[in-house]
Amino acid sequence: MTDYKNLKLIATSSPHIRNAENTKSIMLDVIIALIPALAFGIWNFGFRALTVTCVSVIGCIFWEWLYRKILNKPQSIGDLSAVVTGILLAFVCPVTIGYWQILIGDFFAIVITKQLFGGIGKNFLNPALVGRAAMLASWAGSMTSWVTPNTWAKVVGSNADITTAATPLSMLKGDDIAASFASLKDTYSIMDMFLGKIGGSLGEVSALLLILGGVYLLVRKVITWQIPVCYIATVAVLTLLFPRGGAGGVEWMLYNLFGGGLMLGAFFMATDYSSSPITAKGQVIYGIGCGLFTVFIRYFGSYNEGVCYSIMVMNCFACLIDRNVKPTRFGVVKSDKKEAAAK
Amino acid sequence: MAQAFFGGVHPNDMKAATNEKAIEQLAPPAQVVIPMSMHFGAPCTPLVKVGDHVKVGQKIGETRGLGAPIHASVSGEVVAVEPRPYSMGGDMMAVVISNDQKDELSEEVQAPADPNALSVEEMIEMVKNAGIVGMGGATFPTHVKISGGIGKVDTVIINGAECEPYITGDHRTMLERPEQIIGGCVYLAKMFGVDKVVIGVEDNKQNGIDSLNKCIAEKHAPVVVEPLHCRYPQGGEKQICQAITGKQVPPGGLPAAIGCAVFNINTTCAIFRAITQGMPVVRKIVTVSGSGVIDPKNIECPIGTPVSNLFDACGGLKDGTYKLIMGGPMMGMAQYTADVPVGKGTGAMLAFCENEEQTIENPQCIRCGRCVSACPMHLEPLMLYQYTKKNMLEELDAAHLMDCMECGACTYICPARMHLTHQFKVGKQLLKNKMAADKAAAEAKKAAEEKKEA
Repeated sequence: MTDYKNLKLIATSSPHIRNAENTKSIMLDVIIALIPALAFGIWNFGFRALTVTCVSVIGCIFWEWLYRKILNKPQSIGDLSAVVTGILLAFVCPVTIGYWQILIGDFFAIVITKQLFGGIGKNFLNPALVGRAAMLASWAGSMTSWVTPNTWAKVVGSNADITTAATPLSMLKGDDIAASFASLKDTYSIMDMFLGKIGGSLGEVSALLLILGGVYLLVRKVITWQIPVCYIATVAVLTLLFPRGGAGGVEWMLYNLFGGGLMLGAFFMATDYSSSPITAKGQVIYGIGCGLFTVFIRYFGSYNEGVCYSIMVMNCFACLIDRNVKPTRFGVVKSDKKEAAAK
Repeated sequence: MAQAFFGGVHPNDMKAATNEKAIEQLAPPAQVVIPMSMHFGAPCTPLVKVGDHVKVGQKIGETRGLGAPIHASVSGEVVAVEPRPYSMGGDMMAVVISNDQKDELSEEVQAPADPNALSVEEMIEMVKNAGIVGMGGATFPTHVKISGGIGKVDTVIINGAECEPYITGDHRTMLERPEQIIGGCVYLAKMFGVDKVVIGVEDNKQNGIDSLNKCIAEKHAPVVVEPLHCRYPQGGEKQICQAITGKQVPPGGLPAAIGCAVFNINTTCAIFRAITQGMPVVRKIVTVSGSGVIDPKNIECPIGTPVSNLFDACGGLKDGTYKLIMGGPMMGMAQYTADVPVGKGTGAMLAFCENEEQTIENPQCIRCGRCVSACPMHLEPLMLYQYTKKNMLEELDAAHLMDCMECGACTYICPARMHLTHQFKVGKQLLKNKMAADKAAAEAKKAAEEKKEA
């Protein structure tokens, strides 16, 4: 029979069971969701898309490891969050970006944005977007030279001679929007836009595959619907109601939805846990805010694309939203609240 | 199907190990250790001394203030009245009885001539004398709940949710003793003066629902069974009220505030036995399960049986058992010794030997917000955690930490494996200490002012 006197027991607080999902499995799901878009990037822009992504991932892991090593903190690279940041940062760069440039972008993303604020869960801005913003500020030229779709960039050596093309979004702007929009429609059909056979950043071009990845994350309950749906819906409604250059509302809306980084931003960037609100209500407000700023920047700003900055602006509001949008206290019904307000 | 409550989690219910096993009677233990606190309230005063002979059902502990009396669960000689290890941690005054195996029934146990002729006051008195408490684990004295609720309560709810994983005692009771449950419901309806009693049962116990419905039809009892969504903590008192009535109990309030009174399945059976037979609470159905138990079972045993006897009856423990839990895995207490006895609120005894905990070193919150959407009390656990860690007591109070019922849903769902519930227990104590200190300071100030004036 069991020797009860010599049991080696631990006594901890309840609960004594845990859900199987953990930080690492969540990050792994995000990586899986990004793979179709990466594969399309390789098909569209060549193997350099893969090497840029790999260099970025290794860079992020290296910076995180180095920072925590130097500061003698417990290592955290095993949670795979640095891998996600690395992939996302590569996705928002042109495929011709220099390897050393992306390593510096990785430094801004991991060290400045994430680790200096305390590591995972503590960053108030999205690391990949800060990395991109830093790179755009540093090298405006190489960050905005877009390869023509289906021209494969060289994996090593100069890509200076490669044909570049305007992105669809840049053709939705300018003095004569009617003319440039007409030429955009000649260049890319709506189907090209949806599938991703367009110029743009390495991983943002294929709306279809990004939506597929987003749906995977929704099914796996890694993200909730509030942020992506509210974000995309806000952009859709505003562009539908206020088309420019004499374009039809629906047509204008579709080119706006599928051009640029909206899908990548809505499903993978704005949903970053640590820089978005924690309540469902707060996430609705946040998603709408992202949509508003994106359209404002695209319509009235000097940049063609507004996804990156609109998410970063709303990141700054996330804390404010969390402070003011609280779940209704259990047991306090609406009529009670009104009475309390009346007093 | 009754509407569910907000939040909650859906752990694997693990009930298959025992839900088809009939309740077994434990071979009488050689000795029982009956702690003087098995209820919410002050511990009882022992009425017996070493050397006394006691019989089954004899009162051996009398209440002081809020509480319920305690009775001998076996016949035999009192061999010790001393503090013994106790399931809530530390030691508790206990009466240790050496079993003479005669199982003599005390003369104090008297069945009424006609249970149906009893007045409401007489019935409450019998419930009180039988030492009945909430058997679901909260152990609130049942007679207090009944007498406090009469006049306010229009919905009597019997809690058969049994939402904690592993536990199947209530389920087996529904299958094997439905007449006791329904009988108890009838007496409760009479006491509260209501024309209907609702039994809420999670829909993973369909045969239990069928068994109850069959019994209701046979007896034409004023009882309805309401199937509930299978979700933890469906069996929380406030959650089951919300699921059945759609109303929310106000913060800090009792279910009576919205006209509800909630009783556990086994409490209802105990009420039936007390009113029909005059029998006090001396036995308890315990589910013995978990990865560390060789042959999991549902066992009925005398109150005060050391839990090691239960494990022995289930073939013993596996090597590598690292945790013994009294109660369910979500809210139960981990024990540091197998000497603790079964109490009135013990519904399960679990032993774990696999990696159920999945603890990791240096957990880091990733702000995913899963805890917020899991909290059935609409709190923000990740915020409460930070406030407690940083000793921000005012913020902690403003964020309604005291509403937390420690159900563990947030901690269960947390992918970062944060120790949330543990921290909230600490935080609640900090808040209570602060309230006590504030009160003392206010009184001291008042006394000083009075002195000045004089």
